[in-house]
Amino acid sequence: MTGIRVVDPGLLTTVQDLGRIGHQREGMVVAGAMDPISLQMANILVGNPRDTASLEITLLGPKLEFTIDTVIAITGADLQPRIDGQPVPTWCGLAVKKGSILEFGGIKSGCRSYLAISGGFELAQVMGSSSTYLRGQLGGFQGRALQKGDFLPIKSPIIDPISFRPRWYFNQPVYSREKEVRVIRGPEFERFTPAGITTFYSAKYEVTSLSDRMGYRLKGPKIEKQAGSDIISDAIPFGGIQVPADGMPIILMADRQTTGGYTRIGTVISVDLPLISQSKPGDLLRFCQVSVEEAQELYLQMEKVLESLSEDRLFS
Amino acid sequence: MEISFEPLGDRGVRIGFPEIISQEVNREIRAFAYALEKEEIIGIVEIVPTYVAISVYYEPKDICYRELLSRLEMIKEKLQVVELPTARLIEIPVLYGGQGGPDLNYVAEAHELTVEQVIDLHTSRPYLVYMLGFAPGFPYLGGLSEAIATPRLTNPRPKIPGGSVGIGGMQTGIYPLDAPGGWQIIGHTPVKMYDPQRAEPVFLRAGDYLQFVAIQSEVYQQIRVRVERGEYQVQIKTIKEDEQR
Repeated sequence: MTGIRVVDPGLLTTVQDLGRIGHQREGMVVAGAMDPISLQMANILVGNPRDTASLEITLLGPKLEFTIDTVIAITGADLQPRIDGQPVPTWCGLAVKKGSILEFGGIKSGCRSYLAISGGFELAQVMGSSSTYLRGQLGGFQGRALQKGDFLPIKSPIIDPISFRPRWYFNQPVYSREKEVRVIRGPEFERFTPAGITTFYSAKYEVTSLSDRMGYRLKGPKIEKQAGSDIISDAIPFGGIQVPADGMPIILMADRQTTGGYTRIGTVISVDLPLISQSKPGDLLRFCQVSVEEAQELYLQMEKVLESLSEDRLFS
Repeated sequence: MEISFEPLGDRGVRIGFPEIISQEVNREIRAFAYALEKEEIIGIVEIVPTYVAISVYYEPKDICYRELLSRLEMIKEKLQVVELPTARLIEIPVLYGGQGGPDLNYVAEAHELTVEQVIDLHTSRPYLVYMLGFAPGFPYLGGLSEAIATPRLTNPRPKIPGGSVGIGGMQTGIYPLDAPGGWQIIGHTPVKMYDPQRAEPVFLRAGDYLQFVAIQSEVYQQIRVRVERGEYQVQIKTIKEDEQR
């Protein structure tokens, strides 16, 4: 069997695609890539359909051995990947030889890298997705993060690794430690005082260490409310910002519960979700408001780019 | 009934209903959700009905916010005649008390009832599944008898086993997975409300009715074995619209 042998799993390496869509009404968590744009770009660079399951690598990368000649791409954060000791470029397709070792030097910029493999993994889907839902112990590779000694079977590459030459090189994005994040106002916007709203849109909020795939807890000036913090349990979208009684915002991410009971002040727009996913504890966020129309315009522009790159088949 | 629309991010719309947890609001939500599904609007990815809202997630490439709003307005206009899908009544066998129900005695004492009376009250009526959330297969049930409504534990337990049946204030429910929690645990069901190995990991849906049925430990063990073998099927009956309370 051909695949990837996990020599060292790194901090948190999981299989993710674009999430388990269509089952939120059953309480099923969506999961999926925290940075869906980087995941799709990694797939495009190796000739895969955009939603193919790839590895999401968090802060400290794994050490992996390939048992087949194939083509890979690493996007998202710059964790300084090396193949057989040699630094390799990110955001670009790479041919790897059977027996090669991929490892990571350390965090240079961002928080999460995506490793796509041409052809993808040979993994059963659960409810239409290969995403790992960690708390539910479901999907991905045995419903859990990779461990030392795991062997992930992969399909044959859909690009010939021998003749592969990358057609495109994209610049590694530099994820600034201070970001402006655009949001659409949330359903409970009016439960906050005018002063509270002003605070939310002017203060800087720091990403705390209590941040993971489920949500990002922020700290900064308290956001003041008119009334209580609890609402009748209701749906929370990817990027939804809840403000519980302590007045500190929480941004709900890929592994969020489908519903929650705290006031929702806003929702991070789709194109800005990677800014959150690539943030680390200590990073600063500032929020500004945009309309749904503006957000959708930006989303459509991004989709157009991804679509055209995908159709262009970025390999010879 | 007052129905409003507002964005839930750039890929969601929240359809808001009156902010009251009631069977009446729930009927309206189910009727709207049913009408919405029959409309088969291209671009809708999924819908999430909750106590007082339906959240619609959609793909802006296929339908923009304004266009979706106008489609939703049309459904709202047509919603004069409330049409409901057939509801299902699902029987959940429960072994009350013992190791799997450590708080049964407390609940009985707190209300000056016998353990048998608590079990009778808990199994005396079907509960409406208002919504699922919190965890896969976790039902928010309505209709608990006030006679056995019991405050949560002051110190939540770090781990409540999946399958535990509990009471938390005016709510009753089942923990689908091991989870920390503060509910009074009165029993345990051998049925898996959530099973990732099953073709349909979660079988409950919002709008179902759930009927607890008291079983003895012998039956509990038998069902447990059948569940493990993947042979157990929950009892499902259908209830016509006019019988839905």
